[in-house]
Amino acid sequence: MEVTQLLLSAQSPDGNTRLSAEETLKKFQEQDPSSFFVSLSIELSNEEKPSESRRLAGIILKNSLDAKDIITKERLSQQWFSIDINIKNQIKESLLRTLVSPVNEARHTSSQVIAKIASIEVPRKEWPDLIARLLNNITQQNSSSQLKQATLQALGYVCEEINPQDLEQSEVNSVLTAVVQGMAQTEQNVDVRLAAVQALYNALDFAQNNFETEMERTFIMKVICETAVAKELDIRQAAFECLVSICSTYYEMLEPYMDTLYTLTSNAVKVDEEPVALQAIEFWSSICDDEILIQEEYGDDEVESTTATNFQFIKKALPVLVPMLLETLLKQEEDQDQDDAWNLSMAGGTCLGLVARTVGDDVVPLVMPFVESNISSPDWRKREAATFAFGSILEGPSIEKLSPLVNLGLDFLLNAMKDQVVHVKDTTAWTLGRIFEFMHSPSSDFSVVNASNQPRIMSVLLESVKDSPNVADKVCGAIYNLALGYEDCDSASSLFSPYIGDVISSLLFTADRNDSTSSRLRSSAYETLNQIVRSSNISDTAGITVQLLHEIMRRLAQTVDLHISTLEDREKQADIQALLCAVLQVIVQKLSSSDTTKPTVAQVADQMMLLFLRVFGCNSSTVHEEAMLAIGALAYATGPQFEKYMGEFYKFLEKGLQNFEEHQVCSISVGVIGDICRALDSKILPYCDGIMTHLLKDLSNPVLHRSVKPPIFICFGDIALAIGEHFEKYLTYAMPMLQGAAEMCSTLVAQDEDMYDYGNQLRRSVFEAYSGILQGFKNTKAILLMPYAGNLLHFIDAIYRDKERDEGVTKAAIAALGDLADTLGTNVKTLLEERPFYKDFIRECLATDDEILRETATWAQGMLNRAIVS
Amino acid sequence: MAPHEIRRLFKRSAISNQQKRRDLALLRQAQQRADSQNRARSIATSVLSLLESSQTDDLEPVTEGSIEREEEYKEGIYFSQASRLKGSEAKKWFSRQLMIPEWMIDIPYPLSQDWYVFARPAGKRCFVVSSKGTTVGRLRNGSVLHYFPSLLPNGAKVKGLSGPTNGYCILDCVFHEKDQTYYVIDMICWRGHSLYECTAEFRFFWLNSKLSESGACNPPSRHHKYRFLPVSIYDCNQLGLHAAYMGEVPYVRDGLAFYNKHAHYQAGITPLALVWKDENCSEYFLDTDAKGQIPSQQQVALELHDDGKLTTSDEPPVEFGCLTKDILQKMDLQPGALLRFSIGKEGLRLLDGKLEAADLQYVCRVNRTRAFADSYSKILFQYMARHCPLPLKDLLESVNMPSSPENAINDVDMTE
Repeated sequence: MEVTQLLLSAQSPDGNTRLSAEETLKKFQEQDPSSFFVSLSIELSNEEKPSESRRLAGIILKNSLDAKDIITKERLSQQWFSIDINIKNQIKESLLRTLVSPVNEARHTSSQVIAKIASIEVPRKEWPDLIARLLNNITQQNSSSQLKQATLQALGYVCEEINPQDLEQSEVNSVLTAVVQGMAQTEQNVDVRLAAVQALYNALDFAQNNFETEMERTFIMKVICETAVAKELDIRQAAFECLVSICSTYYEMLEPYMDTLYTLTSNAVKVDEEPVALQAIEFWSSICDDEILIQEEYGDDEVESTTATNFQFIKKALPVLVPMLLETLLKQEEDQDQDDAWNLSMAGGTCLGLVARTVGDDVVPLVMPFVESNISSPDWRKREAATFAFGSILEGPSIEKLSPLVNLGLDFLLNAMKDQVVHVKDTTAWTLGRIFEFMHSPSSDFSVVNASNQPRIMSVLLESVKDSPNVADKVCGAIYNLALGYEDCDSASSLFSPYIGDVISSLLFTADRNDSTSSRLRSSAYETLNQIVRSSNISDTAGITVQLLHEIMRRLAQTVDLHISTLEDREKQADIQALLCAVLQVIVQKLSSSDTTKPTVAQVADQMMLLFLRVFGCNSSTVHEEAMLAIGALAYATGPQFEKYMGEFYKFLEKGLQNFEEHQVCSISVGVIGDICRALDSKILPYCDGIMTHLLKDLSNPVLHRSVKPPIFICFGDIALAIGEHFEKYLTYAMPMLQGAAEMCSTLVAQDEDMYDYGNQLRRSVFEAYSGILQGFKNTKAILLMPYAGNLLHFIDAIYRDKERDEGVTKAAIAALGDLADTLGTNVKTLLEERPFYKDFIRECLATDDEILRETATWAQGMLNRAIVS
Repeated sequence: MAPHEIRRLFKRSAISNQQKRRDLALLRQAQQRADSQNRARSIATSVLSLLESSQTDDLEPVTEGSIEREEEYKEGIYFSQASRLKGSEAKKWFSRQLMIPEWMIDIPYPLSQDWYVFARPAGKRCFVVSSKGTTVGRLRNGSVLHYFPSLLPNGAKVKGLSGPTNGYCILDCVFHEKDQTYYVIDMICWRGHSLYECTAEFRFFWLNSKLSESGACNPPSRHHKYRFLPVSIYDCNQLGLHAAYMGEVPYVRDGLAFYNKHAHYQAGITPLALVWKDENCSEYFLDTDAKGQIPSQQQVALELHDDGKLTTSDEPPVEFGCLTKDILQKMDLQPGALLRFSIGKEGLRLLDGKLEAADLQYVCRVNRTRAFADSYSKILFQYMARHCPLPLKDLLESVNMPSSPENAINDVDMTE
């Protein structure tokens, strides 16, 4: 087959030619992957071929070996794995040969493909000579610079793809030697040097042992520091990237080098070009990250910990570090607030914020003189920098230290909301937001906001929310944080009640503004509105909340009738609908929380449900999720009345249950079934066949996101509790699923925190499911559950023996144990007697400090004794 | 390398609460799920059915499961086996479910901020349980005082009045003979909701708002044999203390009760509820004997242990004295017996509020219908009553101390 032509056609400007070439390539790949791989690798290595076709051949090869999606990735590596070994060797040889190509694109792409194959083969020890072959390219006397460059790139990419344990220490040593040599000043070729620094960046994780040896570590650090002052910008930048990476990986080994590193970074911040200066600031931000983490995990007392030592680099560098950062704040861009700008001033302020969190009070006296001398300056840059500095240090230092300053400065800041320059107003509004975020906490009896300054604060905020979109957005943030302080604090939230009417009108007005190109302001306005509703004292604001409910419903109705002609229109409609459904959800939940206002929800339920159904008709996933959440809240508020909506709603529920791609939607939909079960009780029965079918299908679908599984198990319990004995026909399907999940729990190895959390969620959910099912069958047909009792006890036993178990899991397990005895009574007597562990388990739970656990265990003990004794 | 994504957001973080909405929705669902599961489990009902079945259980012999009883006893856990206990053991179990106040031997601080006060009705302390169409009044020792219909939720077999079938109630009351009324001094369960883990503040608030709604405060009628009335509960400031001490009450007053606002309902003796009395506010300032006479010397009931020690009923017990092996044998006394002593001329010797020595004179064995020895605080209160009583004046002074600006949280709070 003439691949060259195909590859060129696939890049043709003519759509039809391109499409048909892509089709042919795809077919070729499907029909004969081996030949396909061979042809592409030959194309890539052939110096006679045009660079365009060679490059695309490489890219297609690369994409045929790896994918972002984990399932596709697994399939692709299986495909590669199944190719005949001689063919694979032929392909790999051809790729290695290409590294010497004079054509840069061919070399580079080849190095990437080599790394992809390495990611499959090196962990399985199927490419044992790869590293040696690559190193040989570098060490050979007569190697061209081009070969060296491509080989270093290949080494870097290989390190990026594989894990440190996949290489022998001797291989790591040789790689590091080669890379460091390539970085040295003696290396004349700039491209080689750059490739070497970039390779080192990826190889750093492999250098654990080398870093532990002082001589090797010092040598590596010395070379990096030399490289950080190279003539070429991109080499300097890459060297600083290495330093940033080192300070998070090898923090505890940095101490001997800190003086040098300080000089190096401060020079870079002061005189080097922006990309390098940004990395130099990032270096200090990363040090802050390290020290904040150590303080959070081990407390900030200076006790030597065996696992992590806090060297307090930031505290020691403070007198020089802070002035350096303050300088950067003056280097604003003219239009920096217009987009997501990342520049010296932003990076400097961010780092200052981290420094404040790292050292607390100590930062204040170093920053305040700068604030005081610049905040009234005629130069807007100085005013903005002073405000930014002040705002940056509001998190970290103690309230005692900050509150006199904030009390003194608050009025000044409120006045500054009338500054001539937008940047200054923007930063001032942001600073006000930070003040309310960190210095306003009525629930713990502290706030800089009081009865005497609150009227002025509110009038300034409500005036400034009309300012330019960027400023308005920050003002929304300030109102949001102000409201957030009153959440869960009924006594204080009354202080906010008098303003709520005006705040709501202003936010509704803001959400309607069309002077901003981005949707950001609208979103901020509605999200702030949500917080206002959440934080309001419902006994003061019931009336206004109901009014708001009607207004939001009116707005949602408008979006449904909107004329949609373009994709953009559709997106905008979906965005607004998601925001409005969110507000409705928050309002419904708020009104349902009080017995006096709960009936108002039932009054508008028909109308609201109709709207949601129309919104579902517009079809968009984010809306789907928000509307689902709202419907769950509505089902709770309306109770059995919800039955009348089920006929119409059911098809959208089904859609949600089938949405595997957006697992959040799927998960939320499953949760809503629980709400409906509790609202309808046995009246949900007609829908259960359908629902159970979908849930069971979901569970057996390999692409289902794992996070949806626990909610599905819990949902089994909800359904069984609602329909009781009618769950009988699902038992033969549901119970093996539970059993399978229980078995999986015991084999699950928690490699990381996510997996650990997931394991616990899964365990809890299995117990919740057993509990619901056992209680559902308690009054009739309990005996049907006998066949499953042994498995459940076995699972509980396994949990009991796990001494590291999570408390939530313990509670669920003890409750399920009680449910087993409650429902099956004397039928499980023999089973229990065979497994006396339960006595110890109960005893252990009775001895805890957790009252709920104790109560559940007491109850379970009563049930067990009844089963055993009678 | 791109800047850290989170760093970029330092000054431009967007307000997005989608995750918060999800989390709150999940929290709401989890709470409601727990509610419905607990309803299904009827945790408290099972306790209740045991309470109910006990009066017939006296007929059944104790069979299995008694080996572990003693151990479980101490842990306070064996609801199911309680139903199988007989006689004194059953009484002991039930008597452990009431919260028993200590006697006030010194004034807790800050009395005015953390405590309520009310006039204690004279009468029989009872558990009242309404469930499945009946109401039972049960004395402190577990025996039944009355079986009767009432307007408490599920307290009578009346259509339309009972509400959900599992909506039982458990009240802590004093039955006042003279007007045949149950005065409710605490609420433990209401309509199936346990208030065990709630503060006194909340329980009293609930008691005041729910009791009258139920109709239980109505005068007696065919379906409501005895009337229930709440007692007026005051913040323990000067006004409250006066009202509780002198104010008009429809019952005979027997001292004052003090409840700590933050304390949960707790079975057994607790220092977070206190009793105090003097001769003006109680007919029974000094303990009387079986004939209603005040003995010339203070009488105390103590429990005998196998090592001869004589102790109070407190947890842990306080030792008042010790009998030698010889005496035990001579008098044929078994461990566990309750013995009555009088306190001799030497009285009690206290050092820093702790008992050093007691001059005990043996009187007799105590009738076994009594479940408990005296508590330490009771003995001390009676001792002080005879020698240097804690006067009202001291209580008033204590609440008037200018410690707290919040002294005057209005009484209306609890009594409206």
